Amino acid sequence: MNLLLLIGAPLLTAVAVLLSRNQQQVRWISLAGSVVQLGLAVALLLAFRQETAAGNTEQVFFEMNYPLFSSLGINFHFGVDGISVAMILLTSFVVIAGVLVSWNIENLPAGKAGMTKEFYFLLLLLALGAYGFFISLDLFILFFFLEISVIPKYLLIGIWGSGKKEYSANKLALMLMGGSALILVGMLGLYFTAGHSFDILTLSQTAIPAETQHLLFPFLFLGFGVFTALFPLHTWVPDGHSSAPTAGSMFLAGISMKLGGYGCLRVATYLLPEGAKQYADIIIILSAIAILYGAFATMMQKDLKYINAYSSVSHVGFSLLGIGMLTQTAITGALMQMVSHGLMTALFFAVIGMIYDRTHTRMVNEMGGLMKPLPFISTIFFIVGLCSLGLPGLSGFVAEMTVFMGSWQNDDAFHRIATIAAAMSIVVTAVYILRAIGQTAMGPVKNESFLQLKDAGWNEKLAAIILVAGILAIGIAPGWLNDLLRPAAEEIMNRIAGK
Amino acid sequence: MNELLTLMKSELLVTAIIFLLLFIKIGKGLKNESLLSLVQVLLLVNFVLGFFFNGEGNLFGDMFTTTPLIAFQKSILNLAVYLISLLCADWLKKTQHLAEFFLLMLSALLGMFLMISSGNLLIFYLSLELATIPVAAMANFDLDKKRSSEGAMKMILSSAFSSGILLFGISLLYGTTGTVSFSELPGLLDGSPLQVLAFVFLFTAFAFKLSIVPFHLWTADVYEGSPIAVTAFLSVVSKGAVAFIFMATLFKVFQPMLATWYIMLVILAVATMLIGNLFALRQQNIKRFLAFSSIAQVGFILAGISSNAVIGTTSVVYFVLIYVFSNLASFGVAAVISENTGKENIDDYKGLYKTNPFLSWILALALFSLAGIPPTAGFFGKLFLLTAAGSTAAYWFITVAALNMIISLFYYLRVVRAVFMDKNEQPIEKIKISASVKMALLICGAGIVLLGLLSWVFEHIESLQ
Repeated sequence: MNLLLLIGAPLLTAVAVLLSRNQQQVRWISLAGSVVQLGLAVALLLAFRQETAAGNTEQVFFEMNYPLFSSLGINFHFGVDGISVAMILLTSFVVIAGVLVSWNIENLPAGKAGMTKEFYFLLLLLALGAYGFFISLDLFILFFFLEISVIPKYLLIGIWGSGKKEYSANKLALMLMGGSALILVGMLGLYFTAGHSFDILTLSQTAIPAETQHLLFPFLFLGFGVFTALFPLHTWVPDGHSSAPTAGSMFLAGISMKLGGYGCLRVATYLLPEGAKQYADIIIILSAIAILYGAFATMMQKDLKYINAYSSVSHVGFSLLGIGMLTQTAITGALMQMVSHGLMTALFFAVIGMIYDRTHTRMVNEMGGLMKPLPFISTIFFIVGLCSLGLPGLSGFVAEMTVFMGSWQNDDAFHRIATIAAAMSIVVTAVYILRAIGQTAMGPVKNESFLQLKDAGWNEKLAAIILVAGILAIGIAPGWLNDLLRPAAEEIMNRIAGK
Repeated sequence: MNELLTLMKSELLVTAIIFLLLFIKIGKGLKNESLLSLVQVLLLVNFVLGFFFNGEGNLFGDMFTTTPLIAFQKSILNLAVYLISLLCADWLKKTQHLAEFFLLMLSALLGMFLMISSGNLLIFYLSLELATIPVAAMANFDLDKKRSSEGAMKMILSSAFSSGILLFGISLLYGTTGTVSFSELPGLLDGSPLQVLAFVFLFTAFAFKLSIVPFHLWTADVYEGSPIAVTAFLSVVSKGAVAFIFMATLFKVFQPMLATWYIMLVILAVATMLIGNLFALRQQNIKRFLAFSSIAQVGFILAGISSNAVIGTTSVVYFVLIYVFSNLASFGVAAVISENTGKENIDDYKGLYKTNPFLSWILALALFSLAGIPPTAGFFGKLFLLTAAGSTAAYWFITVAALNMIISLFYYLRVVRAVFMDKNEQPIEKIKISASVKMALLICGAGIVLLGLLSWVFEHIESLQ
C-alpha cells in the first residue's frame, strides 16, 4: 500500500475545504475526506495483516524513500510497523468523530466566531500532521510533522475556544514549543554523533556511546514528554483541553498527546536504550506521581472538561509507566493504553461537548437527571465512564491490565511499589467517574428547562457509535491489537536488551 | 571587454538604470505611475538576467571578484528590491521625488553589489560607504515628519562613527601586514595583538551594519522613523548584503584567526538573540516590533556563520532568501495598512481578520515563518542554521538558540492573536489592495510556503560553491 495516500487524503481534503463555497460543501467534503481516511487506515491494517500472515518479517513495511535535502541526509522516508498502524487507525477514528461532532458548529456556542471553513481546514491540517508523524522514519520529517500542528492547535483554541481561551492557547503553544526545542537539540545531537543521519532505521543500527545516550535521552524524552503530559510538564493539558472547542479537545487528547507518547517510545527509548535504562526509575516515579496526582486532582474538579483533562493526565501516566518498566508486556500495554485512551478520551470530550451544547454549562453540580431528556447521550456517558474506570469488556481494562502485568514482571521492591501505587489510582478513578456520572445523569432533574432538551442528532450518534465500536473492539477481542503491537514492542525490547 | 560585461553585468545594469533615471529627471520627467512601472520592469529584467552568463573571475587586479555564489547572492538582493518596489507602490506613487528615491536606492544597491564582490579592503570600504550614505538620505524621505529626520540623523551619525572605526581597523591591518588584498591577507595574519585589535575594529563595523547587540541601538529608531519602503530595504537588502560579505571575509580572509572570531561570534549571537527577543516582547509599533525581531533573526544568522563550513554558507544564503520573503511579506502588509489608514500599532490590528482575511493570512504566514514554524520555509531555514551551528558540537549554543525560539514565538503570536482573536469595535476597514501589491504579497506567500519543500533551491545554493 502506498503510504503517501495517508498524507495525500487529508491534504487534498483540506485544500478542497478551502476552495468550497458554502457550509454545506465544507461539511460534506470534510466528512467524505475523513471517510476516505478511515477506509485507508482499515485497508492499511488489512494489508499489514496480510503481509505478516505471509511471513514477512521486515522491521517496517511499505517502505518508501525519496531524497529531500540529500546533502544533509534528510529524506522523505516512510514506513509502518504495528505501532504506526495502530496509531493511524486511532487517528482516523478520532478524525471522523471530530468532523461529525462539529457538524452544526455554526449553531453551537463555539461557532459564534464563525469561519466554519477555517475551522475544518485547521482540523484537517492537524490530522495531516498526525498521519505524517506516524509514518515518518526520518527524524527531521517526523519533527516537521510534529511541529505542523502548532498553528492549528493555537488557532483552534484561540478562536473557537471558550473561557480563558487566549491564555490557554498561548500556554499550550509556548509549552509545546519548549518541548520542540528540547527535541530539536536531542535530534541534532543524535544527528552529529551518528554520522550525519536523521534516519531512524540507520540510527537504530548505529552504536551510540553510552555517555552520549545519557546526555541526549533527557532532551528527547522530556521534549516528547511535554506533548504527552509528562508530570510536571503537564500543566498545559487542563487549560488547553478545557478551553478548546469540542473537536479541538478530541484531537488534542485523542491524537496530539499520542504523538508525544509515540515519540517517547520510538525516538527516545528505541534509539537511546542506554539512556532509557539509566533514567527508567525517574520515569517510573514521575509517571506514578502523575497517575496518583491526576486522579486526586480530578476528584476536586467540578467542570466536566477539567475532570476529563486531569483524568487524562492520570491515564496517560499508565502509558509512560509502561514505557519506564522496560518489559515487553509493559510496553505493549503502554501502546494499548495509548490507543484505548485516545478513543476513550475523544468520546469523553465528544459527550461533554454534546452536553455543554445543550445545557450551556459544564458544571457537574448544575446538572442532574439528564438521563430523562438525553437518554442516548447519558448512556454513552456511562459507557465511556466505565471504560475509564477499567471495566472488563471495555478497552481501558485490557490496556491497564497489560501494563500492570508487564510491570509486575520486574520483581524488585521499587517496581512493585510503583505498580501497586499506580493500581491504587483505579479506586480513585472509580470514585470520581461514578460521582460525575451520578450527579449529571442520575437523580432528580435539577433544572426544569433541561427537560426540553433534544437528544443527540444523527451525526452525534454516528460519532459516538464509531468510537464505542473501537472501544468494544479492543475490549472484547484484544487479540488483534496485541498481534499488531507485540512484534514491534519485541523489536524495541531487543534493542534495549542489546541484541 | 567581453569579460568585463559578463562579470560585472549586475553592476553595469544597475548603473545603466541609474543613468536612465537621471536623464529622465533632467529631461521632461515622467508621471509617477509610468516611471514606477518602468523601474519595476527594469528591475525585473535585471533580476532575470542575474541567472544568465554567470562567470567566475577577477577584474582590476583582484579588486573585483565574482563567483556563481556571489551572483546568486546578488540575485537575492535584486529580487528583494524588485519586491519592495511592488509592495510599496502605493506609497511610491504618492511621493514627490520618485526618481530621486530610486536613484538613491539603486545607488545603495550598486554599493552592495560592489561590496559583496570586493576583493580588497579599500574597495570594500568605498562600496560600504556607497551602500550606506544613500540609505541615510532615503530614511529622511518623509520630509514632513520629524521622526524621519531624526532617524536619518541617527543613522548617518552612527554610520560615520562605524566607518571611522572600520578605517582605523583597516589601517592597523595594513600596518601589520602591508597589504589590503583579501587574497594576500590570510597568509600574513599571525594573530599578533595588534592584528586582533584591528580585527575587533573591523568586526565592530560589521556589527554596526548588521545591528548586532550591543551595536544595535540605532536600529529601532531608524526603522520607526523611516518610510516603510526604506525600513524594508534596510532590514532585508542591507542586512542580507552585509551578512554575505561578513561571512565571506570571516571564512576566507580571517580563517587564521578562527579561534578569535568564533568565540566573539558565539557570545554576540547569544546576546543578539536574547536582547532582540526580549525587547521585541514589549513593542507596540509594528515597525519597531519588526526591527527587534530582525535583530533577533541576525542572531540566528550569526549562529549559522559560526559553523565555519560549507553548510554554514549554504544555510545562511538559504535563510536570507527565505527571510527576504517572510520579512517583506510582513513589511508589505504593514505598508498597505499604514498607507491606507495611517495605523502602525499592533493594537490597531485587532480584528483585522474579520475585514481583511487576505492580509491577515499573509501576515500570519510571514510571522510563523519568522518564528520558524512549519509548514513555512522559515522552519527549514532556522533548523538548517542550527544544524550548521551544531556541526561544531556546541550543544549549549544550539540549546540557547532553541530556547530563544520559544521567546520569539511568544511575541509573534501576540500579533497573530491580535489579528485573529482579539475583538475590536472599530477594526481597520476593508482595504482595497492594488494589483501590484497583491501580486507581490502572493509571491511572498508562495515563497514562504514552497521554498522549504522545494529542496532543489537549497541544493542549488550548495552546488554553487
